[in-house]
Amino acid sequence: MTGPHEKPLLDVNDLAVEFDTYGGTVKAVRGVSFSVEAGKTLAIVGESGCGKSVTVQALMGLVPMPPGRLTAGTAKLRGHDILRTTQIDGRDFRGSEIGMIFQDPMTSLNPTMTIGRQIAETLEVHLGWSRKQSFARAIELLELARIPEAEQRARQYPFEFSGGMLQRAMIAMAIACEPAILIADEPTTALDVTIQAQLLDLMADMQARNGTAIILITHDLGVVARMADKVAVMYAGQVVEMGSVDDIFYRSAHPYTVGLRAAMPSNDSSARHRLLPIEGSPPDLFAPPSGCAYAARCPHAMRICTEVEPPAFQTGPGHYGRCWLHHEGVAGAAETLRGMQPALRTEPGDAAGPNREEKA
Amino acid sequence: MTPLVVADQLSKFFPLSRGRKLHAVDGVTLTVHEREIVGLVGESGSGKSTFGKAVVGLHPKTSGQVRYRGETLPQRYSAADFQRHAKTMQMIFQDPYSSLNPRMTVGEIVGEGLKLHSGLSGADVRDSVAGWLRRVGLEPDHMSRYPHEFSGGQRQRIGIARALILEPEFVVCDEPISALDVSVQAQVVNLLEELQASMGLSLLFIAHDLSMVRYVSNRMAVMYLGGLVEIGPSTDVFFEPAHPYTRILIASNPEPDPDSERKRPSTTITGEVPSPIDIGAGCRFAGRCPQAMSVCRSETPALLPLKDHPDRQVACHLFA
Repeated sequence: MTGPHEKPLLDVNDLAVEFDTYGGTVKAVRGVSFSVEAGKTLAIVGESGCGKSVTVQALMGLVPMPPGRLTAGTAKLRGHDILRTTQIDGRDFRGSEIGMIFQDPMTSLNPTMTIGRQIAETLEVHLGWSRKQSFARAIELLELARIPEAEQRARQYPFEFSGGMLQRAMIAMAIACEPAILIADEPTTALDVTIQAQLLDLMADMQARNGTAIILITHDLGVVARMADKVAVMYAGQVVEMGSVDDIFYRSAHPYTVGLRAAMPSNDSSARHRLLPIEGSPPDLFAPPSGCAYAARCPHAMRICTEVEPPAFQTGPGHYGRCWLHHEGVAGAAETLRGMQPALRTEPGDAAGPNREEKA
Repeated sequence: MTPLVVADQLSKFFPLSRGRKLHAVDGVTLTVHEREIVGLVGESGSGKSTFGKAVVGLHPKTSGQVRYRGETLPQRYSAADFQRHAKTMQMIFQDPYSSLNPRMTVGEIVGEGLKLHSGLSGADVRDSVAGWLRRVGLEPDHMSRYPHEFSGGQRQRIGIARALILEPEFVVCDEPISALDVSVQAQVVNLLEELQASMGLSLLFIAHDLSMVRYVSNRMAVMYLGGLVEIGPSTDVFFEPAHPYTRILIASNPEPDPDSERKRPSTTITGEVPSPIDIGAGCRFAGRCPQAMSVCRSETPALLPLKDHPDRQVACHLFA
């Protein structure tokens, strides 16, 4: 699902990951494709179990095999396939070319090493720097990540840091080798909103300074709206919609995306639409349905939806939706999608305007 | 409106080593009226859960009182007090995984309170449980299953049925949706709203999701480091926050709207929530407040009505 004029830094194509369990084989990721451009942020958004974390873990070689298995796909970083290797030209690309931040900083850092040493280690391993040189740089990196009194803090252990500071230290570590891509897997989920705002600002600053591409995994549509240039919406192991952040929020091309937005309260002082939950639950990935995975919960499911899996239909430049509503045989897809949620906000200056439904 | 539950200067300190004290809740005064939903927001460690638990008696109070329909509740609950008040005050917990006993069936979990308090026969309890499971959107034959067989959203429904089967008047909902996915959050919030309306419940809705609290509650209360900094009608507090902390909190809350996010100025405040151990005089927010004055560091501001807005109260020297 790449637009025609972009030159991607990372190009993931048809990635599929399965896990063998006692209950059978779970098809966690089922043909995911996306691309990432330098200096841009791609948000991968979806609910628990949709395969968003497994997707990036597969890129980083972090899927335990067995029980995990890569069954298909390629991921090209500047033309090198990185899916079944951890090396490019004899060097580990993880940490040097792609940095990663995890959700829970408390369990992702080594409790027996000082923060400074952990950051310095990255530089020693990947760039071959001396211990002293690396530690000095680690202090600079902590300063960049806005850790006060970085010199003393570098000599402290993770338990002496608060959650927000640990996450900033993890960013410092992830960007130590100036990677081209930063993967952030739910980086702010464990943090309070004021601390989240500090962290998102920091990531945006780092991106502006170094031209880093960011892959942001999150379930929070507010964070997506704030950070993303491009968004991939995942459901049941597939990307069901891909487009610019405005496409996703103002011209949703998939009923699931519309459903997610309608399930959240809108901060519009003039209206109070009733929350519209998505009834039902995601399909069993031991035996994914043969048609569209969302059909069982979709208010617009047609017969074909339960029988044949929809392809990715293009609905605009760089905007794709895996939904049969976009087939040329179906009249008025846009109207149908818009009509589903009358109270949702629309793009400023949109002539159609929302007709609001007051809560009874 | 008739006040139902009144917390009056309620404090809960936890003793630490060497005589130090952790001020989890420090002199909070808050009223929940009949049929009212009061949202309580704040960051982790602000004392909102401790406050909720102290109100229903799960924590003994260090000082202050809680009154229920004018009756002062005991400082420390005895078994008999729990027995008596369980029928009127209940609680729904945050984590739908650890708050249900994995060795009990759903029928036992939901029916236990009724069995203890109502004196109904086993068959009547079962009928009532079946009715409640249906009411919260589950099936009566789920009664014989165990909690692990349910998803997070379904477990939260079990927790709601357990809390409401005694038909209480007042329920503390401690982050009831934080552990759930967005699509499921809406299911649980709608269920709570329906039950609140049909049963005439009063709720203390504790959460850190500001948009959801504005959506759910009639009034919103904001806590910081054990103290109440602002309270008022939810829409007013959300759209015209008065206290500097509330302003920063609301400005930090990202909205699912790219256009308004692009226009949003950076609102980052430096620093983190200070330690709640042995808090001295002065405003708790003074150290991070962009508008702090010298009086803020020496005198603790009282929660006072806002000028021209008698229904709003703010604890800040800027408005004194």
